Amino acid sequence: MNGLTPGLLLFLAGGICALGLRRFPAAASWAATTGAVLGSVAGLCGALSTLIHGVTEASSFPWSLPYAAFDLALDPLSAFFMVPLFLLSAVSALYGELYLRHGKNAQRRGDAGFLFNLLVLSMALVLAARNTLLFLVAWELMALSSFALVIFEDTDDSTRKAGWSYLIASQAGTAFLFFFFILLGNGATDFSDFTAPAAPARKAILFVLALAGFGTKAGFVPLHVWLPRAHPAAPSHVSALMSGIMIKMGIYGILLTLRILGPLPPWCGWLVTSIGASSGVLGVLFALSQHDLKKLLAYHSVENIGIIALGMGLGMLGLAYELPAIALLGFAGAILHVVNHALFKGLLFLSAGSVLQAARTREMDHLGGLVRHMPFTAAAFLVGSAAICGLPPFNGFVSEFLIYLGSLYAVRQPTAEPSLVALGILASLALIGGLALACFAKAFSIVFLGHARSTQAGRVADPGPLMTVPMALLAMLCLAIGCSAPAMFPPLMRVAAQLAGQNELSTVLPDVLPVASALTMGVGLLILLVIAAAFTRKWVLRGRDAGLAETWGCAYTAPSPRMQYTSSSFASPIVRFFSSVLRPIETHAPVDGLFPARGRVETHTPDVFENALYESPARWGAERMRRLRGKVQHGHMNLYVLYIALTLLALLLWKLL
Amino acid sequence: MKLVLQNLAAPLLGILLAPLLPGIVNKVKAFFAGRRGPPLLQLYYDLFKLMSKGAVYSHTTSWLFRAGPVVSTASVLTALFFVPCGMRAPCSFPGDLLLVFYLLGLARFFTVIAAMDTGSSFEGMGASREAQFSAFAEVGLFIAFAALVRMTGQLSLSDIFEHVTPDLWRTHAPSLLLGAVVIMIILLAENSRIPVDDPNTHLELTMIHEVMVLDHGGPDFAMILYSSALKLWLFAAWFAGVVAPRFEGSNALTAAATLGGMLLAAVLTGIIESTMARLRLLRVPQLLIGAAALAFVAFLLTCRGGAQP
Repeated sequence: MNGLTPGLLLFLAGGICALGLRRFPAAASWAATTGAVLGSVAGLCGALSTLIHGVTEASSFPWSLPYAAFDLALDPLSAFFMVPLFLLSAVSALYGELYLRHGKNAQRRGDAGFLFNLLVLSMALVLAARNTLLFLVAWELMALSSFALVIFEDTDDSTRKAGWSYLIASQAGTAFLFFFFILLGNGATDFSDFTAPAAPARKAILFVLALAGFGTKAGFVPLHVWLPRAHPAAPSHVSALMSGIMIKMGIYGILLTLRILGPLPPWCGWLVTSIGASSGVLGVLFALSQHDLKKLLAYHSVENIGIIALGMGLGMLGLAYELPAIALLGFAGAILHVVNHALFKGLLFLSAGSVLQAARTREMDHLGGLVRHMPFTAAAFLVGSAAICGLPPFNGFVSEFLIYLGSLYAVRQPTAEPSLVALGILASLALIGGLALACFAKAFSIVFLGHARSTQAGRVADPGPLMTVPMALLAMLCLAIGCSAPAMFPPLMRVAAQLAGQNELSTVLPDVLPVASALTMGVGLLILLVIAAAFTRKWVLRGRDAGLAETWGCAYTAPSPRMQYTSSSFASPIVRFFSSVLRPIETHAPVDGLFPARGRVETHTPDVFENALYESPARWGAERMRRLRGKVQHGHMNLYVLYIALTLLALLLWKLL
Repeated sequence: MKLVLQNLAAPLLGILLAPLLPGIVNKVKAFFAGRRGPPLLQLYYDLFKLMSKGAVYSHTTSWLFRAGPVVSTASVLTALFFVPCGMRAPCSFPGDLLLVFYLLGLARFFTVIAAMDTGSSFEGMGASREAQFSAFAEVGLFIAFAALVRMTGQLSLSDIFEHVTPDLWRTHAPSLLLGAVVIMIILLAENSRIPVDDPNTHLELTMIHEVMVLDHGGPDFAMILYSSALKLWLFAAWFAGVVAPRFEGSNALTAAATLGGMLLAAVLTGIIESTMARLRLLRVPQLLIGAAALAFVAFLLTCRGGAQP
């Protein structure tokens, strides 16, 4: 296949060289990075040409595994997912090259390079695989290589714990996938041999299995608990890759399932929509209550997966109620959001990484005032924040707009049912948007604005060009997608039409293309007016001197950085309002006496789902098991022999029956 | 030439007349208090005075503090090009209301960031409250407009308000009335009016919008005052779009009626400010969620009759 195969080989070659050269970290790391960048460029060319020409290319390689043909294919959907994969891999690899040099395990960065290349390679294989066994092997490879990367900085206890919970969650998810593929295949392993089962019950079971298996990887609430632990623990460029694209493999899997299963009953759409709404709202609420910058970003991935699920749910409802326009807009919004989220979340994690490296802390309340010392990182984070809040002129707005527009189309439907679901989608997107804005206003301003809250935060600087250039590239892409809707819509709609089960582009496209150009015009007007307003301000202020003074503090003139609003105080009204869901824990040390010397207040918000759904039941089960063991295993040898005899008897009886 | 003039009439009216609305509100409040009150054109004088002043900045601030007013004014101005007021807006496309809402979001984002840039706890307080209240207000606004979309079957602001005709009032009066009430509540919340925020308060601790702009002065502050006047204009135009009657065949009458509706919005704001106390801050989310619930009822009522094709 043009581009893809050489690209994958370059990744492999870079990775193997890095492993061979692991005694020379600098050389090994460069080998891996070069392989990754070149491989990404080649792969990107292949994916883009598939997207533009709209043709599917397939190839088969000899492989000696039973039941498995090494069948690869690049169809528009896979190619669409490969674009963000390779874009993000290239910039993350470059960034990681410099980032790991100053990291905790700098001597082992050759290994990290190898694992990084392996991770990208396995994700590309997941997207291209057309055989169950190959798909699952690639899926496992992806899980294991990312697990190894999560625990790369394994000197921290919390990192190792995060790695374990990630490994357990991803294996549990894969277990569902095994059942899913066995049930779906019915003996066949090639994707081309799969047919949708006729029985609706079987179809429903398959869909729920896929939702559980792929949803664990995607991080749907309540399967998300591993995500806010694992993503912050990994090195930042790996967090970018994991949050940006690896969790999207779950979305790809669900889309693949939808394509194989064909039209599903409406309740499936309702289910995906409600999963999307709860993931979106809960994700952003938990993000708001975090103090750890990278953990906040990780929760926002849950939120954005929720937005993608809302789009998919809308698409599925469009299919179920036979409203092709709505199906098209829903799927188009969902897959465009996949790309957009990869870009802005990548950008945010990379800029959070340079903050982390410079200030050596992820604790937002120890930072502040970074915009003066790290102007570049601040600008990058600002672009990412505006984009993730869906604000024009950046890319997040375009994909959310498509989902909104699809819901507005559905709201107009004469029958009440689809229009009520669409209203739910609209209202939850609006709430998510407003809360995300609050959250990123908080994250940006607590980290970058005001005064430094610690001495280390006052001694930081922007990183070198190997880290800044990737951020600049991603920021420019965010702006470019936000401003180029007319160019982007035709290939996007082609992929979405395939998902919506329409062979030729429906009547919607003529409707949507003028909207795209009008959208771009609006965004252009905005940019123009911003420039005009800036010049007006400059022109009005010309020749007048701008005085400098203290910030107004009601005439108090000796403010200290500790008096500033903190991340918890900013989020407090919202967190308190939703305290029945979030269950924040607040501890005060009493302030007493007429002249109290010090007081303290501590707030943190643990994940309620982790405790309620996993930890407590697991503890309960472990306790039961311990008691059972106490009864069964008591040291009487004669009873042990009896167990053996009983087991043999049972086996014999089973054989007889 | 005539076409362009006619097309640009809606935003031009907004640009020129928006500072009049706060003047009307203040006159009404003065009437209720038995005072003469500031002149109707006070905001114009203020803007002129501020524009000819220099600026003073806090040591703490960065370029974002200076960018805040610029970006928020520009985004509200952009929004103005999509909002009709009795006549069609120059730009309209299916879904333009989403662009307008998100442009208001952009303005808010930059106002909040500029406030946080001063490092002051007071401004942090205001910023935090603004972010919370608008997140709730947005939900009500979206549902109210979804109901309007369902009733009129149109997807752009210009088309929606063109289809809110006396005929529609005859068939969908309860929903339209509820929609107008919701838009009015959100107008009060988003424009920092009583019962959500008190523009005349003198205590920093209790302010929302005013405290966020404490450190701005001179032309920057002029931009902030101007963009809040524009924002009030936008919401008033929506309110008027629902309540003002449309006259088939006479554009001038329709435009006059819509401007009258906007005047009504300003007068109502003044009356509410004179006769009500502001709510406790903890009660504000309940008001906004109540507005969203009303909007939902409006939407449900439209489902009963079936939507327009």
